[in-house]
Amino acid sequence: MLKDITLGQYFPGDSPLHKLDPRVKLVLTIFYIVIIFIAKGAAGFLVITLFTLALIMLSKIPFSVIMRGLKPLIFIIAFTAVINVFWTTGEKPLVNFGFIKIYYEGILYAVLMVLRVVLLLLGTSVLLTYTTSPIALTDGIERLLGPLKKIKMPVHEFAMMMTIALRFIPTLIEETDKIMNAQKARGVDFTTGGLLQRAKALIPILIPLFVSAFRRADELAVAMECRCYRGGEGRTRMTILRLAPRDFVAVGTFALFCAVVVATNIYVPWLTI
Amino acid sequence: MINPFIKTENLCFSYDLTEEGGPHREHKVLKNVNLEIGRGDFVAILGHNGSGKSTLAKLLNLILIPTSGKVYIDGRDITDPNMIEDDVFAVRRSIGMVFQNPDNQLVATIVEEDVAFGPENLGVPPPEIRRRVDEALSIVGMSAFARHSPHQLSGGQKQRIAIAGIIAMLPDCIVFDESTAMLDPSGRKEVMDTIISLNRERGITVLHITHNMDEAVRADRVIVMDDGVVFFDGTPREVFSHVPELQSVGLDVPQVTELLYELSLDGVTMPDGSPLPRGILSEEEGADILRKLIK
Repeated sequence: MLKDITLGQYFPGDSPLHKLDPRVKLVLTIFYIVIIFIAKGAAGFLVITLFTLALIMLSKIPFSVIMRGLKPLIFIIAFTAVINVFWTTGEKPLVNFGFIKIYYEGILYAVLMVLRVVLLLLGTSVLLTYTTSPIALTDGIERLLGPLKKIKMPVHEFAMMMTIALRFIPTLIEETDKIMNAQKARGVDFTTGGLLQRAKALIPILIPLFVSAFRRADELAVAMECRCYRGGEGRTRMTILRLAPRDFVAVGTFALFCAVVVATNIYVPWLTI
Repeated sequence: MINPFIKTENLCFSYDLTEEGGPHREHKVLKNVNLEIGRGDFVAILGHNGSGKSTLAKLLNLILIPTSGKVYIDGRDITDPNMIEDDVFAVRRSIGMVFQNPDNQLVATIVEEDVAFGPENLGVPPPEIRRRVDEALSIVGMSAFARHSPHQLSGGQKQRIAIAGIIAMLPDCIVFDESTAMLDPSGRKEVMDTIISLNRERGITVLHITHNMDEAVRADRVIVMDDGVVFFDGTPREVFSHVPELQSVGLDVPQVTELLYELSLDGVTMPDGSPLPRGILSEEEGADILRKLIK
């Protein structure tokens, strides 16, 4: 049951987006977020929407999978819409029910803000989380932040922690399963009772799980020492990330996209906020 | 022995149990252990829990520091206080260790990344790491699983990956600390076959710590530890001819050895009147003797 949990949202595949260098994807994602907040008018949002749809098609990830990712956030999206509709004031109200006033600006704001949130989620997930394996992501972050090592930031240690955490998630899930079964066999009931009672029933799972996790950590530390681990200093890597031509194509396309969005802000100022 | 690869001199190790302000108390785990192990040897180390066999292993690559006594690796005193960090890591490269729980020694989420972990730590150039990883995986017969994630593998396969991770550091000696104890019979066989081929074909010195007598029989030499001292040291045949002594320190002997020992206790002799040979290790040998007895 617990084994069905997938790591992150990674959706394996070999689309051009999957093949991009993780560092490039990280940087592009940051620019994507910035550009979404720079865009002011309907024209800009139209460009971003088309671009995002193109990315989704390029990633070859089923549209239903991506939409499923939006589901848990429906509340936030709805909340954004409501706040903007009722709390934005303009010149003349379209609807006036005493204390409730809805303005034209409010509706425009709400639509564009919802679009902003949805595009933000779609774009970042398709650019990064769906198409980059956790290990590539960790690797990308480590190398991207590499220069910070000079100012004594523990970049390598952070990446190592991430790697080990990812490595042990399936192991610990398996162990949780085992402990749950063992406790069930001893008569612990996880499925009935109030919230407090169920929370209490988790204690006999958590304690053995923690004890075993600490034991594992200790053994792993010794095994790592035996394999000559001594932090990031003097360490080499087997795989070296090299920028391929497709990475430059991606950066070029992205630069063009950013330029178009900025241009619409200046030259096509209809329905702006 | 001339130029032993590993040599210990009066090696002692104890845990300090002294409580703050209390009287001095310690738990002696190893007491004056003197051993010599030659290059390319295949040595099995037996002993019940708490006999000090794992501690001995951890002293050889400086995971633990001896309380007193000396350890020489390839003629070099590794207990020398002037050893710098690089020397310590040179020792750890030279003496690799594979542990009991395969899950707790794999670091990376992809098999080949894990095998690369050791050479990466040693600062080996990337193309050379690639070469070593491919070679190590083919030695343990796991090349087909290079891009798999460790949690998709069986216990025996994980343990072979752990061995590959050590091989990739090009060690002179590998210590297996009960590496077969958690495996099922088929996993045990996989790992045992790998260990033997490493020793026979690549000349890697092997110290195999085990509880399994049938595995110990396959070694060139058996060392029995009890309560921190070397209790027996000899070929499997010599060691396993001391059935009652081994049983007195809580160890079993292979079933066929025990059977012939029990028969001789009952006064059974060979047809020509000579006593039954002691220290019979293989079932074939045992069957031969039984056949003669029945005739």
